[in-house]
Amino acid sequence: MSFATYLLGIVAGLVALASVIELLRRRRLRERHAVWWFVAALLALVIGVFPATLTWASQLLGIEVPTNFVFFISIVILFFVNLQHAGELTDLEDRTRTLAEEVALLRVKLDRLDAGSDERDRDA
Amino acid sequence: MSARDPRDGRTLLVLPALNEADSVGEVLAEIARVLPDIDRLVVDDGSTDLTAAVARAAGAEVLVLPFNLGVGGAMRAGFRYALEHGYDRVVQIDADGQHDPGAVPELLDGLAEADIVIGARFAGKGDYEAKGPRRWAMTVLAGILGRVSRTRLTDTTSGFKAMGPRAVALFARHYPAEYLGDTVEALVIAARAGLRITQVPVEMRQRSGGRPSQHPFRAAIHLVRAFAALCIALIRPRLTVPERPAAKNGAGS
Repeated sequence: MSFATYLLGIVAGLVALASVIELLRRRRLRERHAVWWFVAALLALVIGVFPATLTWASQLLGIEVPTNFVFFISIVILFFVNLQHAGELTDLEDRTRTLAEEVALLRVKLDRLDAGSDERDRDA
Repeated sequence: MSARDPRDGRTLLVLPALNEADSVGEVLAEIARVLPDIDRLVVDDGSTDLTAAVARAAGAEVLVLPFNLGVGGAMRAGFRYALEHGYDRVVQIDADGQHDPGAVPELLDGLAEADIVIGARFAGKGDYEAKGPRRWAMTVLAGILGRVSRTRLTDTTSGFKAMGPRAVALFARHYPAEYLGDTVEALVIAARAGLRITQVPVEMRQRSGGRPSQHPFRAAIHLVRAFAALCIALIRPRLTVPERPAAKNGAGS
């Protein structure tokens, strides 16, 4: 591995971590959505700074090509991010539905109130 | 602004409630007995029991949220209601009866000198005890938040608080709904917006239902999340107190 490659790994990890923190800071990302990205960025940085940890962990698990271990971890993290998003989407759809129903019920109530006050105006 | 008399200006008691039908009626009745002149608002945070009906029967105004938003979300709805209806002060009090309404005038008196008055446990009054990691977490959090707000605080996770006009205006717009946002982050936001925070010792009563978790593992998770919330709150940009809009309906009492 050349020095440039080593540097690229570190810079990529740092940029990823900084992006997550900056989005959190500007309230563009909620804490519970940031957790997986934060873990991923932190792992990337650790492996970037100490590439030996990757080789060591791969050997420990009997994975012959360390890069495969990286792909495996990446897919696992992306899987969980997607799963979380799917869950949140379901939740949001549920809430929009409830809100739409609530608005419809309020509109009926408002129409009835309007009709009532029109009648009173005519009677007066 | 001086507000020595609790009846000088309008005060709203806000009770966030999630499935508290068993206790909210009694709590409201006690409040009516002890503080007959203060308006009460129950924010029903998506309860599946009769909380809203019981609260209405007890004579409180009720906001029914269509789904659960958490204490932070319920309280922001309460602050917005207060702002829209021309209330100067908001007192947050639990619907489960653990807070003594008799302490409300003391909290309101504190607003003469501060924008937020916390009703604090562990301040030398009452026998409320938390042990082990949970206690340490509370102490350390209180220490850091005390430094941020430049006052001595012993209990920052209390849900018994009085807010003055500036705090109401700030919180009606920026009241966090994250985990611990309604306690830790809210205080950081307030302190960094230049609001003065102080505390008054209060006695806590046994909760009618449920006990705080004392399990070491859950206490550790709580500690980690509390510190994450605190760090994030501290690096976020400062917020300023928005200007108070003119009250729409009946500001005069």
